[in-house]
Amino acid sequence: MIDDARFGLSRTVSLPGPLLLDSGAKLSPVEIAYETYGLLNADKSNAILICHALTGDQYVASVHPTTGKPGWWTRMVGPGKPIDPARHFIICANVLGSCMGSSGPAAIEPSSLTAYGMRFPVITIRDMVRAQAMLLDHLGVDRLHAVVGGSMGGMQALSWPATYPDRVEAALVIASTARHSAQNIAFHEVGRQAIMADPKWRGGDYYADADPPSAGLAVARMAAHITYLSEAGLTEKFGRKLQGRDAKTFGFDADFQIESYLRHQGLSFTDRFDANSYLYITRAMDYFDLAEEHGGHLAHAFKASRARFCLISFDTDWLYPTAESRAIVHALNAAGAPVSFVELKSPFGHDAFLLESPELNRIADGFLRAGESR
Amino acid sequence: MSDLRPDLAVIAANVAQGARVLDVGCGDGALMAVLRDRLGVDARGLEIDPENVSSAVARGLSVIQGNAEADLVDYPDDSFDYAILSQTLQTTMRPDLVLEQLLRIGRQAFVSFPNFAHWRVRLSLLWGGRMPVTRLLPVAWYETPNIHHVTIDDFRALLKERGITVEGAWFLNGDKATTAAAANFRAEHAVFLLQR
Repeated sequence: MIDDARFGLSRTVSLPGPLLLDSGAKLSPVEIAYETYGLLNADKSNAILICHALTGDQYVASVHPTTGKPGWWTRMVGPGKPIDPARHFIICANVLGSCMGSSGPAAIEPSSLTAYGMRFPVITIRDMVRAQAMLLDHLGVDRLHAVVGGSMGGMQALSWPATYPDRVEAALVIASTARHSAQNIAFHEVGRQAIMADPKWRGGDYYADADPPSAGLAVARMAAHITYLSEAGLTEKFGRKLQGRDAKTFGFDADFQIESYLRHQGLSFTDRFDANSYLYITRAMDYFDLAEEHGGHLAHAFKASRARFCLISFDTDWLYPTAESRAIVHALNAAGAPVSFVELKSPFGHDAFLLESPELNRIADGFLRAGESR
Repeated sequence: MSDLRPDLAVIAANVAQGARVLDVGCGDGALMAVLRDRLGVDARGLEIDPENVSSAVARGLSVIQGNAEADLVDYPDDSFDYAILSQTLQTTMRPDLVLEQLLRIGRQAFVSFPNFAHWRVRLSLLWGGRMPVTRLLPVAWYETPNIHHVTIDDFRALLKERGITVEGAWFLNGDKATTAAAANFRAEHAVFLLQR
């Protein structure tokens, strides 16, 4: 396996497909960019799939090629961490529709040899999961010891046992939901409209002259970023503090630190993310309703699954509040699934799942080890 | 099973091998871990304190953070062989409704509670004129979680009124057994095995 080109950092694979999508469209070929860490053991029982969030990517525990920053979840993944390459074979793939090497609107459409743009088919969370299953087939992994994800990654982690009940032994779902609420959809729509209102968007056909709708994408990111933080967290970090000045300017500069912070977040995001991908992935999240996919009953989604589940929410997360996790727990109980749930305290809102949290790690570690030989 | 609290040891000694068990108020999962490791029980837990839940999950147990009164309604009928409520009944707002839920979810239910008619408690109130603080009731009246103190005879009366069958009963003074007849006076705590 050491010399096998399928395994390691910064891998890409082009699978012929076709991948039949929820929309009815077929995608072929299916490009998937991914990374693996650690070694698949002899009985192939130690594979863990990590699913990333809306703007995440496959660089879960290695340096990001564009930003130069460390992996986005090194607090959870790495030597001595709950997900440990010394014990686990870890897979993280860029989701379908994204822009870090997997098939998405920025990828080249085979029939036209130009970027898909808005000709890329609308995809769903379940389509992302199907593409991941194709990748697992390619890697020779039949069953997952666990599928793990926060936020949109949690949606995939829920969708996995519902879609492939025989391929998942455990699902760890953090700060997530089984469906997007009206409020969730509303915030995403603000972001999409900001992108599409940018004159540089041009119906999504902006790739040829390398002049993307960065202003619109930055505003989308700014709006979304607010939903990732708690009111108390914002107050503690920024309050009404002014940015590099002693008095208000009576103008529209970024007088307040929070304005400067959001502008920076928006701008730096445009260096690493594609506006059309943002449209497609937010759409997939808005379409997500796991109960709807199973006759309106969430419990039915888990009927065929034998997986263990662990759900974790954060008390200040108002994007996917604890009640959403509880609804999932209720359905899992009704389905008789072994499920754990805890609401953790954190001042950091939705973003807490990415931040230092010894308690989160302790739970994740215990949950994952419970499925390993004791 | 000497490492378990005496009432839990009684429960562990009377749960069938391989049963499905819901432990309501499971704490850090001590009983669940014993049931799982020694009897191959499929144990699930409900616990109000998040730190306890974390400890239980870190032991590999399936435990949900929640409270008996709000969350038991969400469990389907007859989903467990046993529902267990140990030393928690007296902390609930409506012990009678919790008891109903236990017997709806489990085919049988183990319920244990401290006996408020134990002679030490009686003496304390009779001679001291103060709310008792004893080994099983160690917390002062203003901060105790025990809001519905109950005696063994009170509990027996409730069972009779609701037509609940007693399948087993254990009356304990420390870890020593007491007879049923003398229980209301002599037992510090009681464990009942109940059935609809």
